[in-house]
Amino acid sequence: MRKLMTSAATIAVFFGVAACATPPEPEPVIVAEPEPEPEPEPEPVVIAEPVEPIPTGPVKGSLEDFEVNVGDRVYFDLDQYRLSADAQAILRRQAAWLSTYPDVNILVAGNCDERGTREYNLALGERRASVVKNYLVDLGVDPARVQTVSYGKERPLALGSTEEAWAQNRNGFTQLISGVVG
Amino acid sequence: MMNRIVVAFILLLTALTPCAMAQLEVNIGRGTFKPTPVAIPNFEAIGVDPEVAQTISDVIRNDLESTGLFVITPEEAYIQKDLNIEVAPRFADWKIIQTDALVVGTVEQIERGGNQLIRGSVRMWDVYGEELMRFEDSNGNQVSGRRFTTTPEDVRRIAHKIADAIYSRLTGEDGYFDTRIVYIAESGPKNARTKRLAIMDADGANVKYLTTGAFTVLTPRFSPTAQQITYMSYEGGIPRVYLYDLRRARQEVLGNFRNMTFAPRFSRDGGSVLLTQATNGNSDIYLMDLQTRQNRRLTDHPAIDTSPSMSPDGRQIVFNSDRGGSPQLYIMNTNGTPRTCPSGGRDVACRITFGSGRYSTPVWSPRGDLIAFTKQSRGRFHIGVIGIDGRGERLLTESYLDEGPDWSPNGRVITFFREPSPGASPTLWSVDLTGRNLRPLLTPTDASDPAWSPLLD
Repeated sequence: MRKLMTSAATIAVFFGVAACATPPEPEPVIVAEPEPEPEPEPEPVVIAEPVEPIPTGPVKGSLEDFEVNVGDRVYFDLDQYRLSADAQAILRRQAAWLSTYPDVNILVAGNCDERGTREYNLALGERRASVVKNYLVDLGVDPARVQTVSYGKERPLALGSTEEAWAQNRNGFTQLISGVVG
Repeated sequence: MMNRIVVAFILLLTALTPCAMAQLEVNIGRGTFKPTPVAIPNFEAIGVDPEVAQTISDVIRNDLESTGLFVITPEEAYIQKDLNIEVAPRFADWKIIQTDALVVGTVEQIERGGNQLIRGSVRMWDVYGEELMRFEDSNGNQVSGRRFTTTPEDVRRIAHKIADAIYSRLTGEDGYFDTRIVYIAESGPKNARTKRLAIMDADGANVKYLTTGAFTVLTPRFSPTAQQITYMSYEGGIPRVYLYDLRRARQEVLGNFRNMTFAPRFSRDGGSVLLTQATNGNSDIYLMDLQTRQNRRLTDHPAIDTSPSMSPDGRQIVFNSDRGGSPQLYIMNTNGTPRTCPSGGRDVACRITFGSGRYSTPVWSPRGDLIAFTKQSRGRFHIGVIGIDGRGERLLTESYLDEGPDWSPNGRVITFFREPSPGASPTLWSVDLTGRNLRPLLTPTDASDPAWSPLLD
């Protein structure tokens, strides 16, 4: 079969070459005529008036506001639960935001990457969640507003099995569970 | 729920030769090994659907073959086809096809108290010794065969009981076929996984789901003495250890711990549950008495202490701790008194793992001499065993993720779960203590966290 197709191709090429050898017939001459231009419509008279500026970005105090302007996740190094400078900056913003919106209660979830056993990761995730909670409480957030839970390696944020995915999955995730605007 | 299987012995009127020890014996230990050839012709169906006899015969063959210790002589090789359970076989016909042991059985339908029951009977012959191999019954008496009776829906258990009797007779060890495995059935994408408590026969038959999947459940463990399971569930928000009674199909929260509890495991006598409570970032181990419902804190250390498992005599506990900087295995006395450590010195908890890598999920063997564990090293995961003095570490498996060993009740086989490559789904496996006999345990869904029941009644 394959052999057959090869020879068919060869024949096609041969005829193709043969076709190119014949002189081209003269193409018909087409004269392009210009299309008639549309009549310009009269422009309406516009008077500029000042308008209220449309608010950009998420509604203050909303879930989106917290996610976008504050940051809802802090990340940890492999098998670690120390807060990096970046993580501390995010948690300071979280604490400030929570003081602005005192009706909001939060659940801090501790998560781990898939490179550990379930039980150890449940313990490690709880440690991460507690570190986040304690940092927020130290910054003045009422501990009664902060619940914690460990999901160990059971709820990965990133689905891959790469270093980048694992780094994303080692986190403390602050979830707003009540008192959110909007 | 489960029908109790009625066990009886075959009392035969034929004169029995005085108990001569048969020659045939299978050595389970390590070293050079050749599986023992065993012939198990289809059991004779007497007043019963031949398919029932076929099922029982197939299950027995599958059970024995799954051990890797036996090779089943194929039916095509049989010369003698007129076997009768009451009559000695023509040994020469079985020697010539190189069979060491010949199993002959019948399956009958009988009526007892108006109920239709199925009865399986079995005898085994030592082909080269040319004699009947006598069994030991559950009372320790020598009997010429075994007979098990049950309701028609439980016929597979007759087969497992017979396979256990054969295994036990040939190896000198208790069997493990008439057992069940509880596990986590998984489905859905990894970031929104449904995890249900499931239970099945040890050969994968009769899968049942015990929870709906509305809440994530993890790490079920079987009671070594009762039809009870302990596991962790996110039902109610805070993850907690639960107790599930299989006979009553009821679950309850175990204890009134203030915080998250996880990593439960029964003591060997089934009377208590070891578990971990995490309080403000610190996980410590507790022992909860199931009768009094009182608990006692066993570790008090700022490090992670989790995954406890008790020695068969109840005196020692092996657990996972990162107190040395990385997850390693430690042993302590249950009563908290200091002990002399294998590495020298005295301490309340002695580290027993010093190899390169991270060790977790230690599980004490029912025989008491070994501890199975998960080891993570150079990007790979292993299931391994180590002596309680920290000597003789042996890795039995390796893959992208091998996790969560649990022992067969006779301490010869370990079940665990595996994700063979990055992103692959978890499935159940078993491996024997030699590491030679690695087998998948087939389940209808993805599966993890297998745990073995004791031998059923």
